[in-house]
Amino acid sequence: MANKFIVATAPHMHSPLSTQRLMRDVLIALAPALAVSAFVYGLDVLRVTAIAVASCVLVEYLIQKFLLKGETTVGNLSAVVTGVLLAFNLPANIAWWIVVIGAVVAIGVAKMTFGGLGRNPFNPALVGRVFLLIAYPAQMTSFPTPVYPGYVDAFAGATPLAALKAHAIEAGNVNLVNMLAGVMPGSMGEIAALALLAGGIYMLWRKVITWHIPVAVLGSMAVFAFVLAFFQSGVSSLLYELPAFHLLAGGAMLGAIFMATDYVTSPMTAKGMVIYGIGIGVITMIIRQWGAYPEGMSFAILLMNAVAPLINKYVKPKRFGVIVKK
Amino acid sequence: MKTFPIGGVHPSDNKKWSCEKSIEVLELPDIVNIPLAQHIGAPATAKVAKGDKVLTGELIAEATGFMSANIHSPISGTVTAVDMQLNGQGLRQMMITIKREGDEWMPEIDRSAEIKRQCNLSSTEIIAKIKQAGIVGMGGATFPTHVKLSIPDGCKAEYLIINGVECEPYLTSDHRTMLERGEELLIGVEILKKALGVEKAIVGIENNKPDAIQSLKKIAKEQGYDVTIEPLKVQYPQGGEKQLIAAITGREVPPPPGLPIHVGAVVCNASTTVAVYEAVQKNKPLIERVVTITGKDMKEPRNLLTRMGTSISKLVEMAGGLPEGDVKVVNGGPMMGRAMVNIDSPVTKGCSGVSVYSGDEAHRVEPSACIKCAKCVEACPMALEPYLISKLAKKQMWDRLEEEHITDCIECGCCQFTCPAGIALLDYVRLGKQTVMGIIRARAAANAPKK
Amino acid sequence: MTVLLSTILTLSLLGVFSAVILYFVAQKFKVEEDPRIDEVEKMLPGANCGGCGFAGCRGMADALVKQDDISALYCPVGGAESMKSVASYLGKVAPEKEPTVATVRCGGVCGKRPRTNEYNGTKSCAIAASFYVGETACAYGCLGYGDCVEACAFDAIKVNPETGIAEVDADKCTACGACVKACPKHIIELRKKWPKNRAVYVSCVSKDKGAVTMKACKAGCIGCGKCAKVCAFDAIKIEGGVAYIDSQKCKLCRKCVNECPTGAIVLKGMDPLPKEPKAPVAKPAEPKAEPAVKNESVNEQK
Repeated sequence: MANKFIVATAPHMHSPLSTQRLMRDVLIALAPALAVSAFVYGLDVLRVTAIAVASCVLVEYLIQKFLLKGETTVGNLSAVVTGVLLAFNLPANIAWWIVVIGAVVAIGVAKMTFGGLGRNPFNPALVGRVFLLIAYPAQMTSFPTPVYPGYVDAFAGATPLAALKAHAIEAGNVNLVNMLAGVMPGSMGEIAALALLAGGIYMLWRKVITWHIPVAVLGSMAVFAFVLAFFQSGVSSLLYELPAFHLLAGGAMLGAIFMATDYVTSPMTAKGMVIYGIGIGVITMIIRQWGAYPEGMSFAILLMNAVAPLINKYVKPKRFGVIVKK
Repeated sequence: MKTFPIGGVHPSDNKKWSCEKSIEVLELPDIVNIPLAQHIGAPATAKVAKGDKVLTGELIAEATGFMSANIHSPISGTVTAVDMQLNGQGLRQMMITIKREGDEWMPEIDRSAEIKRQCNLSSTEIIAKIKQAGIVGMGGATFPTHVKLSIPDGCKAEYLIINGVECEPYLTSDHRTMLERGEELLIGVEILKKALGVEKAIVGIENNKPDAIQSLKKIAKEQGYDVTIEPLKVQYPQGGEKQLIAAITGREVPPPPGLPIHVGAVVCNASTTVAVYEAVQKNKPLIERVVTITGKDMKEPRNLLTRMGTSISKLVEMAGGLPEGDVKVVNGGPMMGRAMVNIDSPVTKGCSGVSVYSGDEAHRVEPSACIKCAKCVEACPMALEPYLISKLAKKQMWDRLEEEHITDCIECGCCQFTCPAGIALLDYVRLGKQTVMGIIRARAAANAPKK
Repeated sequence: MTVLLSTILTLSLLGVFSAVILYFVAQKFKVEEDPRIDEVEKMLPGANCGGCGFAGCRGMADALVKQDDISALYCPVGGAESMKSVASYLGKVAPEKEPTVATVRCGGVCGKRPRTNEYNGTKSCAIAASFYVGETACAYGCLGYGDCVEACAFDAIKVNPETGIAEVDADKCTACGACVKACPKHIIELRKKWPKNRAVYVSCVSKDKGAVTMKACKAGCIGCGKCAKVCAFDAIKIEGGVAYIDSQKCKLCRKCVNECPTGAIVLKGMDPLPKEPKAPVAKPAEPKAEPAVKNESVNEQK
């Protein structure tokens, strides 16, 4: 017989989706924020991003090749995404060796020790960032002067959140349009709220993510800030200024759109994702309001990462055909 | 436009190769093999032996009990064997082999082209005729139609839903049947309405068949048939019984052992409805059906009116033969069809098409690690968590699988289709489902005598 | 200094306090258990293979201690020795069982059983067997995807990549029966274990008719019955078109091995009888298949 018969069970057709394609879409979605950041902070941004990506990929490759002596899967681009996200969480003027240490912790400790892609309980990029934040607090919280001259004045002080914590500014006095456009000091990737939103919309359109997590995180933060503002000053303009400030300041957008939506460490069901998102939003606001750190997004996400398996266990989709009695 | 509420995927339907091709009558086969088990339920009992002469349409195997179906000879000739023969999966199955001599039909079968509109039979008479004709669901599930039409006590049918969805990619046999035999279909609907005693009849057709929707609407209006033609948003697996009911009525069939009738619905496939018309009005048993033969590399995809028991290789030949190299020949469509190793196996009542894949298409994608993207959970139309039940089935944790409602699975393949890591989720889910259903049956059997 | 002192003090107090709580909790939730269960568990091999029918050795130990009559319990891994020591410890009668070994009854190696298609699905025998015949035309033979290998806790069974068939390492096999349960084709059988791993068995379970078997696999049993005729011990039965040698009745006389026209009867750990029987045989010699085939198959099985 000239033909060789191939046999397998149905389905005999596969969608064009692949891990690599999903990761590529995430990278495309990250591009606008990277561009804004490079505009603000200059070539340093590209340098740090390149170092982060290169070291993440290299660490993963070396561990898979020589430690695990197995197949290398750097081709699926997940290490590249981790690298970019790690870089987005760093100041643009950070020393190269700190970036490398961050990459080793992110990939080596947070990802590969648990068995690689799909098995890590915590978001690798965030583990890397939090490690660096605790190990090198000074380097991690001092941000360089922007290269774009028009922005220098706006960047004179600390980050908006740090300033708020130190009572240096009032949330009501901050120029929200500046914050939306990225005219504020901060980590490389977190300053451009608008660009991050654009990336989020792209990912929603490409069906890389669903709306549940970003909306739950940002929504719960806004509600929390609204209640807070009400208790602080009753019915006033702060009722919308404080929520807007918190949504735009710090890592809220980056965290809600890119970090919390990490597949591996977030819950599997829509209901679970909403619970998870609300948890992140509330914890972030608690840390911002009453914690020692000005920003709580990374800690909140890591904490909820730890809860995700529990959510998966107890939050099940509604069974088809069962009428829920109200 | 309506569709079902949860899950679903959008595979490229690839119907373009054959949807424009009119139904052609395949020349009569010289030899046919008729499996005794080509429906859900007990295999039929052979009524003929080697050497017997049979006419076209003659009863050759009788239903074994209620949950079974009659089988009739698709050709006239001599029975040459009643023996184990290879089926498409290379397994041996009891079949009746008949060698053709001419084409002499049973005298009571009306073979004229005239459309017979008037039906004065009672509900029981109609169901008896359908049972006699051995009609089963022709969409692939092959559930005996007379069983479906016999409403259990305490239930009442409200809706008759005709499944013209044909959500399975590649296949166009229902599409062509609806288009070319619209009036017969609608008379079939009237007959079924009468059999069930229902007022409301809805034909659900996916929006990728606008010509069929238009033509049926036109006939219904001109001839005054009381039936709704409901265009549906294209989404797989809309042709699944539970999904179709949910799409059209908004009601969800309760979990197993829940049946469509528990929400007042009876679903019947479009080709089956035409077969019902032929059985009731023309006394013609189910001995032939339209089979689509298609594939990207098939030279001449076709829709062929084929006698049951014809070798599938004959269809392949009609479509220009198999492409060179690696091929996967699937009995059915790409989402739920069964890959074959033996293409000399016969066309059966549930065979709505044969799709052929070659080269890379014939192979699965290489699996990689699960990234927990939850796309399978999102795609599952039965609200299961495929990543979880697949893993549990691999670990043989049957108790947990039962708790996770693995028996709800309709094996539609959405999870595996969508998985970006290319994991063969359904392989283990199917295995788990079979095992758990076995456990449940065994437990029921063990508990039964105590009562 | 005061800081140091207060630290030491508070931590110590905290420690004592926690210890007291833990003590009471432990007392409260203490489970009274027969201490002999622990002892018996230590005597068992501890492989937790499930060969005894319990989920693990602990379950087996529990049953051994609690049941008065332990004749129905047997640890195939520890064998007679560990059962004896357990029985003497508990003062019960040790169950007796002959040692057995898992035997893969399929001889359809690649050369003898041509592949007719390529299986592209998940490499699991259970999945492949659930929907189709397999990569060859034989619906009864070894599929070679290694469900038995997965099931084996002792690394005693391997799929030989050259033959595509599972092979048992008789020295490692503990006859726990996990592979027997795992094989969807029911090819693997626990057979009596002879010294030096000697064995004679029919390496085929095909219930197909002779001609069909022959077409699918050159090494298959065609159910001709020649072996049953020469057997002096009534150990061979032809059932459903396939010969079966009862390992309890078989005395390893090897006469059947030379009779088999397809080489489906496999001989292990011994030399075959001479081709032309020198010793007087009860029956006149029947026409035989070419001896070359026989030799080849025997060698391949070694």
